Amino acid sequence: MSNPDNPIVIAQKPGVGAVLLASAPFFGMCFSVPLWDRVHPLLFGLPFNLLWLIGWIVISTLCLAGAYRLETAREKRQADTQ
Amino acid sequence: MSATSVCLAVIAGIVAGGGVVGFLAGVRRKMDLEQWTVGGRGFGAVLVFLLMAGETYTTFAFLGASGWAYSRGGPALYVLAYLTLAYTVSFFMLPQLWQVGRRHQMQTQSDFFGIRYGNKYLAAFVCIVGIVCFIPYVDLQITGVGIILSVASFDAIGRAPAMVICVLVLVGFVFTSGVRAVAWVSVVKDVLMVVAAVCIGIGIPYIHFGGIGPMFSALAASKPAHLTMPGATANLGHAWYISTVLLTSLGFYMWPHAFGATFTARSADTLRRNAVVMPLYTLTLAFIFFAGFAAVLLVPGLSNGDLALLTVVRQTFPPWFVGVIGGAGALTAMVPAAIFILTAATLFAKNLYRPLFAPAMSDDQVARLARVMVVVLGAISLWLALFSSTTLVSLLLTGYAGVTQFFPGVILGLYWKRARTAAVFAGMVVGVVMAAFLMVSHHDPQFGLSAGFLALCVNFAIAVIFSAGKP
Repeated sequence: MSNPDNPIVIAQKPGVGAVLLASAPFFGMCFSVPLWDRVHPLLFGLPFNLLWLIGWIVISTLCLAGAYRLETAREKRQADTQ
Repeated sequence: MSATSVCLAVIAGIVAGGGVVGFLAGVRRKMDLEQWTVGGRGFGAVLVFLLMAGETYTTFAFLGASGWAYSRGGPALYVLAYLTLAYTVSFFMLPQLWQVGRRHQMQTQSDFFGIRYGNKYLAAFVCIVGIVCFIPYVDLQITGVGIILSVASFDAIGRAPAMVICVLVLVGFVFTSGVRAVAWVSVVKDVLMVVAAVCIGIGIPYIHFGGIGPMFSALAASKPAHLTMPGATANLGHAWYISTVLLTSLGFYMWPHAFGATFTARSADTLRRNAVVMPLYTLTLAFIFFAGFAAVLLVPGLSNGDLALLTVVRQTFPPWFVGVIGGAGALTAMVPAAIFILTAATLFAKNLYRPLFAPAMSDDQVARLARVMVVVLGAISLWLALFSSTTLVSLLLTGYAGVTQFFPGVILGLYWKRARTAAVFAGMVVGVVMAAFLMVSHHDPQFGLSAGFLALCVNFAIAVIFSAGKP
């Protein structure tokens, strides 16, 4: 069933730095859950697990902002060298 | 005016206002297929943001997140994690998808599979699975409208009339203005939703407990186990949390409508910037959680957790404000239902009917058929919502497990030249069948892991091994 004029469309692979930055939230919010899923200490009036996740929402945005800068800089360099 | 009529007037004003905005969004433009489905690929950052946010914050976020916090406790927190991680994944997927989509004039998810893998049966399979998974999702929104409006209007409107009116309004604006209507109704909805969420999340704890801190202190003292996992459930522990967060964050952009929304963007950069700021919008959900946890102390013992939020709202706020929340809640259900129906209609006309039954159809004829399908699908979903039982929530999770099986095909298709059609197709079929079987036979969670996640692992392994195995 292969189509002779099938255009295999392949995207540019992202840089290592951007991938590392973006994987941080996965460790912070997902895999590390046994470490922070507790009520105490209640900080700023919030249970610890809720506060942890809210904090990581903000950190995730910062990580992605960093990845954005790395990726746009890398693409600019590539465009310059071509 | 009585309390009920104030409330009704506010709700009616918001729903009608939303409908008019949607109708006006595209009524003066010539609506060809490209304009109707992907807005001519001309949406700027703000409109794409609002369209995607509008698709995200469905009735499940509004009633479901607070309902889970109320009835299950700690496990509800998975919502905050998976949305944030979904945006992180999208950073590496949507801009790339947009570039491929523009080069090959793609409008739907099925277009991507058909063009990337050069196989119309794969494209048709993706299309059918997508539409089947949509049905419970649309139904949930329409059922949600019924619940929201009947509770928020102090039972002045019945559930059935509320559902009928809202479906008529949304079919009307989708029919005339397509995806432009959905985006602009999202603007109205998002503004109301953020205001409502913040007022609810701060107001309820403040009025009843004197603040958010005292509310959580009281809850931590009386029911400490409710706030952590597995909360009030038996089997939703940490293994469930990790596997569900992975499943739903990878699957989030696999819903067919997310592809359409991606293609509306003006540039790939728009989508990448969008991925950076979207997590912050998740913060509004934290306020909904505050209200859900407050309800544990205020209205214990409700049989239906989905009603917790609105019950507390009715006890706390004046009627006009209950009306605002009811109206916001109605739009929150109508926007996603509208985009689902728009997407399913396009998929049916463009990716199922034309390639398999009428290859000679022109794009204009496809557009006409898609518009007719909007009316047909609206009627079918309304009929299902009016006459179906409450098992829809479990069907919705089956839908999630189903669409997530597209993930290997998308990510390998974008990044790996050697990904083979047969391998991806086989993995996807096995994944869909396995997920459906495990969930329908009540084996979810299995080994403490979410069933859809297990199916995804098998699916991914098949796609990779059979692609790499042969030259």
